[in-house]
Amino acid sequence: MTTAVNFQQVDILFGTDRQRADALPLVDAGKSRADILAETGAVLGCAGCDLTVERGEISVLMGLSGSGKSTLLRAVNRLNTVARGHVTVHDGDWQADVVTCSQAELRKIRRECVAMVFQQFALLPWRTVAENVGFGLELAGVPARERTERVMAQLELVHLTDWAGKYAHELSGGMQQRVGLARAFATQAPILLMDEPFSALDPLIRTKLQDELLELQDRLKKTILFVSHDLEEALKIGNRISIMEGGRIVQTGTPEDIVLRPENDYVRDFIANVNPLSVLTAWNVMRDVRDLEAAGDGWMWLDRRQTTRFKLDANMLVIDAERNGAPAIWVSCDNMEKMPEDRPKVYWATAGTPLKTVMQAMHQSQTAPVALFDEASRFVGAIGIRDVLRAVIRR
Amino acid sequence: MDPLSAWIADWKIPIGRWGRDFFDFLTTNFAWVFDTLADVLASILDAFVDLLLAVPPILLVLIVAAIAYALQRSWKLAIAVALGLLFIINQGLWKETIETLVLVVAAATVSMAIGVPVGIWAAHNPRVYKVLRPVLDLMQTLPTFVYLIPVLILFGLGAAPGLIVTVIFAAPAPIRLTYLGITSVPQPMLEAGQAFGATKRQLLWKVELPAALPSIMAGLTQCIMLSLSMVVIAALIGADGLGKPVVRALNSVNIPLGLEAGLAIVVLAIILDRIARIERGSDR
Repeated sequence: MTTAVNFQQVDILFGTDRQRADALPLVDAGKSRADILAETGAVLGCAGCDLTVERGEISVLMGLSGSGKSTLLRAVNRLNTVARGHVTVHDGDWQADVVTCSQAELRKIRRECVAMVFQQFALLPWRTVAENVGFGLELAGVPARERTERVMAQLELVHLTDWAGKYAHELSGGMQQRVGLARAFATQAPILLMDEPFSALDPLIRTKLQDELLELQDRLKKTILFVSHDLEEALKIGNRISIMEGGRIVQTGTPEDIVLRPENDYVRDFIANVNPLSVLTAWNVMRDVRDLEAAGDGWMWLDRRQTTRFKLDANMLVIDAERNGAPAIWVSCDNMEKMPEDRPKVYWATAGTPLKTVMQAMHQSQTAPVALFDEASRFVGAIGIRDVLRAVIRR
Repeated sequence: MDPLSAWIADWKIPIGRWGRDFFDFLTTNFAWVFDTLADVLASILDAFVDLLLAVPPILLVLIVAAIAYALQRSWKLAIAVALGLLFIINQGLWKETIETLVLVVAAATVSMAIGVPVGIWAAHNPRVYKVLRPVLDLMQTLPTFVYLIPVLILFGLGAAPGLIVTVIFAAPAPIRLTYLGITSVPQPMLEAGQAFGATKRQLLWKVELPAALPSIMAGLTQCIMLSLSMVVIAALIGADGLGKPVVRALNSVNIPLGLEAGLAIVVLAIILDRIARIERGSDR
């Protein structure tokens, strides 16, 4: 993996020069935003933020309003000035520190490396959809003919070709934000900053645009830094999530990390209302094969109640199965619908199978445990009903 | 008067004398500058007046109606404009109307040429606006007759001083409205410009000015109306145009003449306002 954006000990302060200088020692002392405001008059935006965004991943900055997530995002293209620390932007072999770079370098970053999508769309109302999409290219001095071509390609990507000549106010909110997306894609910048892009949309359109974004991301492989206050959204689209509170990053991790291993009470409260079924996979809840009880003679119990057992060969491949003392078959839970009800069977899943599917498989097989196979069909673990329950209620 | 007030009045600050000394200084030392400026302005205005008067009035009426149609895409307006101008020909005030028209258009052009850049400058520089604001207040509240006197001394009688007092009176409107337009560009639009790498100049031309255009155009129409309202006053210092018959009517208590010239001014005002009013169909 290569780094696309790297934040190093980033502090952001708002206020006069004097106030900001006074505030820095308090930031070092770990004082809270309220204390710093009361003592110096400076408003703490971010403090000591460290974050690495890898190329091609979607990294979500997550927090309540006022947690500093947008502030940190906007440091990447210097819409906010960093008081201390470094924000390095990488584009291929080229790199620059946004905090210290020259105006010319900053323009290069803004025109070629980093594009932005805004919460309130920020389209220019006197320009048509096509002219809005071509805005960045126009600023960068791309000749009119090439611009038109690239604009039409982007409009096709977001399904707005028929609307090219319309003005922004003639479009619905969802369409306007697709124009915002197309404008950002048009510059072909490898890094995308998205500042709560879907928050101003109604829930149905929001879900649809999230899906569209994920679909586009599959094809375009951008590096996306995404700000959201909606945990469901963060869990859905993020490869990595950073939870922020009061200008500081509290925890960074994969969606499962955040849900299964919250680092403190703040994060725990945050995830309290999240539906674990939307995040967890079979891998997150299984008991490893080494923790399972042996049943003698090469057999191994899959569940604590000892209703189901597998016989394994030396390569950990299943060669025989038994359920409630009778021979059983083992089948993938991808084929659940096609299976006849009559024969005793044990379903198997893979690491990425959603927990929801695992639960369906249990239901279908009269609460039999579900086995977990790796890509070479080797047995790696099992999920009993108690493992599922524990994950859902989080202990 | 009580002794304290009398004492204060005894120490009268000689503002009036200072002002006279200042203008005396200007006339004795820089008379040639003002004379040349007055001559140049007068000959430019005269040249335009002569040019327009050389065109047969009916043809000019058609041309103006065509311009009205071209700008506003409305047959109704074009016909109304033609009828209004025919009314003026009918009243025998054509020459005066052309003189006024030239003065107003010239004053509005100069005011916009000064007002828009100054407004932009002030919008980008709060300190400039701080200094500018009292100056604008002064320009708009100082009774026109007060600066009529020094302008008369410096430039003499004629069209040039008329143009200058009109600009002094009308320029604050485009300055203020340009300032207002530029400072009220929504922050997200500016940030969109910055985020996509706009230079300061690109930001001005591609974001700020288009966003402020409705406000700037309102400045133009206001500027035209203010210029027209100065027509009568400019006539007092010898500017030709529809103001002259009004002043003459006032001096001789001539109701018919006053009514005719007054109506001609109103007709011209309405025509200019409707033609110059640019509303962006695409916006909002």
